[in-house]
Amino acid sequence: MKKSMMTPALIALAAVSLAACSSDGDETAGQGGDGASDGDAATISYGLWDSNQLPAYEQCAADFAAANPGYQVDIEQIGWDDYWTKVTTGFVSGENYDVFTSHVAYYPEFQKNGQVLPLDGYIEADGVDMSIYQEGLVELWQDPEGIQYGLPKDFDTIALFYNAQAVEAAGLTAEDMSSLTWNPEDGGTYEDVIARLTIDTNGVRGDEEGFDPTSVETYGLWMEGAGGADGQTQWSFLTATLGWTQTDEPWGTSYNFDDPAFAETIDWWYSLVDKGYMPTFAAQEGISWADQLIAGKAAMVPNGSWMTGYVFGSESDTFTPAVAATPVGPNGQNASMLNGLADNIAASTDNPDAAWAWVKYLGSPECQNVVGEAGVVFPAIVEATDRAVAAFEANGVDVTAFTQHVDNGTTVLFPITDFKSDVNAIMGPVMESIMSGSGGTDTLPAANDSVNALFE
Amino acid sequence: MATTPLTTVPQATGPARTKRRPGRGQLGTAMLFLSPALLGFLVFFAWPAVRGLYLSFTDYNLLSEPTWVGLENYAAIVDDPVFWNSMGVTLQYVAINIVVQTLVALLLAVLLHRFTRSMLIRGVVMLPYLIANVVVALVWYWLADYNLGLINSGLDAIGITRIGFFGDEQYAMTTIALVNVWRHLGYTTLLIFAGLQAIPHDVYEAAAVDGAGEWRVFRSITLPLLRPVLAFVLVVTVVGSFQIFDTIAVTTQGGPVDSTNAITYYIYDRAFARFDFGYASALSVILMFILAVIALVQMRAFRAGQSDLER
Repeated sequence: MKKSMMTPALIALAAVSLAACSSDGDETAGQGGDGASDGDAATISYGLWDSNQLPAYEQCAADFAAANPGYQVDIEQIGWDDYWTKVTTGFVSGENYDVFTSHVAYYPEFQKNGQVLPLDGYIEADGVDMSIYQEGLVELWQDPEGIQYGLPKDFDTIALFYNAQAVEAAGLTAEDMSSLTWNPEDGGTYEDVIARLTIDTNGVRGDEEGFDPTSVETYGLWMEGAGGADGQTQWSFLTATLGWTQTDEPWGTSYNFDDPAFAETIDWWYSLVDKGYMPTFAAQEGISWADQLIAGKAAMVPNGSWMTGYVFGSESDTFTPAVAATPVGPNGQNASMLNGLADNIAASTDNPDAAWAWVKYLGSPECQNVVGEAGVVFPAIVEATDRAVAAFEANGVDVTAFTQHVDNGTTVLFPITDFKSDVNAIMGPVMESIMSGSGGTDTLPAANDSVNALFE
Repeated sequence: MATTPLTTVPQATGPARTKRRPGRGQLGTAMLFLSPALLGFLVFFAWPAVRGLYLSFTDYNLLSEPTWVGLENYAAIVDDPVFWNSMGVTLQYVAINIVVQTLVALLLAVLLHRFTRSMLIRGVVMLPYLIANVVVALVWYWLADYNLGLINSGLDAIGITRIGFFGDEQYAMTTIALVNVWRHLGYTTLLIFAGLQAIPHDVYEAAAVDGAGEWRVFRSITLPLLRPVLAFVLVVTVVGSFQIFDTIAVTTQGGPVDSTNAITYYIYDRAFARFDFGYASALSVILMFILAVIALVQMRAFRAGQSDLER
């Protein structure tokens, strides 16, 4: 989830700012305009949270205004936490952005309450080709009845970030790293490599005689929290190779946390803590995984493509960033969770036609190619993804470990259901207690029952 | 809240309560001067409180109209294990925070009062309070990091096992309580210090003449005469302590395993993460009542309105 890259500090500010929140999302001042457009131009207010992407979207807005003299777009960027407070309170006050960047963790709630506009009528009338997007992304933005609420704008997948220097020092190669295998019984070569990369404070490696699991200098694998209900960057890429997903289909009404395949995976994952290859839950709380990797406290961390810029921008004398594909599991393939963003139109918009024109442009190759060339995220349109891959490559970053999943169709969708925040509230503490060793995976069936009770 | 001690402290020394009461003719003028504060109180305190009370009887997700459910939220809260856990960890926090903070602040204030005239030292004590809560929380979060933090490196160097200060269920709430002691110590010290300064010098001189030692002076003079100020300090800090939120929000976010899921954080989570504003309002109403009762009991127990000087 994009959330994981945001500093939690903003949460506190979000709570505070709510009280002081003014509904200025609907400014008509048009400060984003270039002044050349005529006075009657309809201004579309647009919200997004990622400052890294702002320049690309400003370019899109300028191009859009140039191509559509009747419209101009006023972009506002606010950090993740404040962003959702602003959007939510915007709905309450009736003064919201016309169009806003949306996330599957939030939009079901908005959709259920009739706060975002369905797009099917527009898509049909304008004959928008929905097949240009990477597979799976269109479905993420459909409600249970198949009504479309967003045009996909980008996507993210999971891969293994690692320190190439640590891998080299362990006598391993990039080829070793990109051909890992995994199974829940003995962990496969994935566990072998994790053990090899682990070094205790005496310099003994995890797979060597005399290794002290209680005093580890560098962990072979980092634990980034327990993963809650999604396990997006923690374990979803493993469970998917066992054919396990949270629900059997998008908008499912029962979860599968009671499946032995899930418990098996988590048991194996937790065994790494006992073996000293991964920090304990208590030891992983604190400075972020990326900084632990950069500081040499971890040799490898699975995480999302959205962190590519940060990790590869942190090269140092002791840290050479590299990325490898997730391990191949029992089904003979590797896997990754696939999540993607889209733009929603707020039901409160005064000018839905203008909002749609902008949404359509955001979902078009014209804009997504611009976004792709910026080399920050992977746009949703296949050809624009290729441009992003090339842009990353021009910066010396090979991102095929991420994109191969959409090319090979080895993705599972980010779990999208009703009551998502309640599911998270139940599964968060359960997974934490398992990973901190105070509860076992035998608590999962009961937890699954309480999750499923939400849907009754 | 910073201005209140100024009204409390003079009571300790103040002359008889024979202030001239304003005549009725001045009521209009008084109201004129009071109106900005009164308006603020009505708009930002009274109305939200009434509205919150109403919402606590509804099912309200912010995005659609509230529907009346009577006492359903309150009934659900009674059966909610997370609520009881939250009350438990909040009490744990308050106990550690208040006991440590009050004792250390009292000690510091007495030391400052009796043994130094240095404005620099008095100023230094206040420094942590001048730093924003969020910054304090994050700095300690990093200092206490298991792998990279300075504190654990220090422990490691002297042969003590590293501690998961924020990540271990056993220690997380204690850590947060102590971080906030550090943050608020200066302010509490200042309040107590102000109370100390209000104690007339002659009683100390008399004690010195009688040959009382430092401990005896503290026990028989300082502490009893400080009681109204201590009562005020305790009411303010206990009420504030129950509202612990920011440190949790920027560090553990309620984890590990709900061990720092204090009541205000739970309210926030229910409202803003789970869109359950009716339930969150009911939790807030319960918290309000608990705080009101605690404040009342404390005021009574400490007879905060009277000073021993006046008897």
